[in-house]
Amino acid sequence: MAELNIAQAINSALDTALSSDDRVLILGEDVGRAGGVFRVTDGLRNRYGAERVVDTPVAESGIIGAAFGLAVAGMRPVAEIQFLGFSYPAYDQIVNHVARIRNRTNHRHTSPMVIRMPYGGGIGAAEHHSESTEAVYVHIPGLKVVVPSTPKDARGLLLAAIEDPDPVIFLEPIRLYRAVKEHVPDIYYTVDIGPLRVEREGSDITLVSWGAMMRETRQAAGILAEAGVSVEVLDLRTLSPLDRDGIVASVEKTGRAVIVHEAPLTAGLGAEIAATIQERALYSLKTPVRRVTGWDTVFPLKRSEHHYLPSVDRIVAAAESALED
Amino acid sequence: MPTEIADPRYDYALRPPRLPQPVDESMASQPIDTDIRLGMYRKLHLLRQWSKRAHDLFLQNLVKGTTHLSLGQEAVATGFSTAMRPDDYTFATYRGHAHSLSRGMDPGEALAELLGRSNGVLGGKGGSMHLTDVEKGMMGSYAIIGAHLCIANGAAWSAQMRGTDQVAVCFFGDGTTNIGAFHEALNMAKIWSLPVVFVCENNLYMEYTPIDIVTAVPRPAADRAPAYGLDPIVVDGNDPDAVYLTAKAAIDKARSGGGPSLIEAQTYRHGGHSRADPGKYRPAEEIEAWKGRDPIPMYHDRLLTLGTPEETLTGIEREVAGVVDAATEFAKSGPEPGEAELFRNVWADGGAEWRN
Ligand SMILES: Cc1ncc(C[n+]2csc(CCOP(=O)(O)OP(=O)(O)O)c2C)c(N)n1
Ligand SMILES: [Mg+2]
Repeated sequence: MAELNIAQAINSALDTALSSDDRVLILGEDVGRAGGVFRVTDGLRNRYGAERVVDTPVAESGIIGAAFGLAVAGMRPVAEIQFLGFSYPAYDQIVNHVARIRNRTNHRHTSPMVIRMPYGGGIGAAEHHSESTEAVYVHIPGLKVVVPSTPKDARGLLLAAIEDPDPVIFLEPIRLYRAVKEHVPDIYYTVDIGPLRVEREGSDITLVSWGAMMRETRQAAGILAEAGVSVEVLDLRTLSPLDRDGIVASVEKTGRAVIVHEAPLTAGLGAEIAATIQERALYSLKTPVRRVTGWDTVFPLKRSEHHYLPSVDRIVAAAESALED
Repeated sequence: MPTEIADPRYDYALRPPRLPQPVDESMASQPIDTDIRLGMYRKLHLLRQWSKRAHDLFLQNLVKGTTHLSLGQEAVATGFSTAMRPDDYTFATYRGHAHSLSRGMDPGEALAELLGRSNGVLGGKGGSMHLTDVEKGMMGSYAIIGAHLCIANGAAWSAQMRGTDQVAVCFFGDGTTNIGAFHEALNMAKIWSLPVVFVCENNLYMEYTPIDIVTAVPRPAADRAPAYGLDPIVVDGNDPDAVYLTAKAAIDKARSGGGPSLIEAQTYRHGGHSRADPGKYRPAEEIEAWKGRDPIPMYHDRLLTLGTPEETLTGIEREVAGVVDAATEFAKSGPEPGEAELFRNVWADGGAEWRN
């Protein structure tokens, strides 16, 4: 048991996977000697060698294509793309091939592989380095999409992703990488892909979020609780498959929901969640579902980041307006 | 309305034809076992007769989706597959029927797949453009230009890591040399010395556009090879012996740790790009000249010259015709998959229900 932050917890999961399964290898830009842009793969090359922690050229289509070829031919690759915003050159590989090979070949090929991608803003690095376009991948049948917000979940979900028979997009919240530490068991354990985690139980209102926005969501819940509100907080953790039952069960209890995400409002995952609540829990609702999201614009330069990212104040205000109805 | 001005830049059929090289007669005296040569003769016929049958079935509206035939290009699949080991990997494009059959895919299951039937090799879910048969080393047909070169690298890399001596052979067209994935794949294959052989089937056209008017160099693959530290290798793609020998050298090199090769096989498709495309954008003289370099009659004559009795060859042709007829019966007899198939094998849990 050690005190780890999210970056260290991911590193520990990769370490465990490399030591327990010969088929696992890591590939990506600068992941070897340099240890990756965020040092998430630090030290692994020294421990497992340059053949298993492989520095690639800058060639996202080539990296994901190779990882996919490794997977269909029996290996368990974990590819790192430096930022979610750099995955678009590999979009063809991910959508057309990685996601669909099982269906297209009627199960004769499968692609058990993980694509790790740091995502989200708040690091002052402008649009390409700040994207939160998770909905783009959630939309694709055949992919699973996972986003941890705590060190313990990060390790358990990544080990589950590497074991998983389906391709998993593993999104890592950049601004939480080193924000929190907690005790993380060093034994081999997995966190199931699928079920959400009820992080805080309450009966007046449900706050739904995931990944990087969990920090602001937790803070908002704390403020609301101090004011006497009984807040339930859901950390989705897995975005595909979406735990619709878990969301509906919570809203049936509280009758109010605020969905928080960093991506722009329009066609963001919040829309899908709100639609699910409307379809399955309409008569439990005491008030319309609120969405607190990034704006429908391009992620800005550093000076305007605080204006783009949903703030604690905005979440609290949305919750208060829901509670007034 | 002004009449359109004839312009060879756009009316490709008015362009000067690009004619095939004459047959290299010295190929006849290359030391290739008669059994291997007869095997190749059978393969040429199987690919030809099966593809013609597929075209007939398409015209009868029985094929679900589209077809991209490689009539005229059979010597490439024939020569390469003959030089491969049964556990080697093949990656092909949407024009992948010949590569699938040449690796041993059951002709009936292949045809049933084109017809979208349950008895197809992929249960009728993949269709003409995605033929795959993992057990036969046919790792898949990929319908997005360029992607599978990167994927072939991964399979070759897996073989290298597992120490199995397998080689991946990846086929693609001349048009594919202009997409980024081609260049990403060659660079990676070279830096990691992967056991992969890239084979460009240069049939002079990317879909409907002559390759030379969209390519910076005259030989789309060979002239790019030096940029990746590879030898420029060109082979007569209409001569099974030439292809076989070139394939064998490249595959042996890859298997013994010598790294990747890039081979440009010069060939021509007799028909159009896909479906019922008549291919009218090509000069008539060019089509005629290349049909005169059809690999099948040429190989027939070579085998006769080398002493194979005519009856042996007709026997092979007749046997193949029987196989293709039986394949047709098998394919037509298959049931259509039900709508439930839509939801099967999307995720590993079998279905997609949890999402629908
Ligand atoms: C990325 C992508 N762009 C466009 C297409 C449409 N397309 C299908 S075949 C083709 C031409 C390919 O030419 P070539 O590589 O020479 O192969 P050939 O068809 O001659 O075998 C094009 C543009 C595609 N399948 N994928
Ligand atoms: Mg072509």
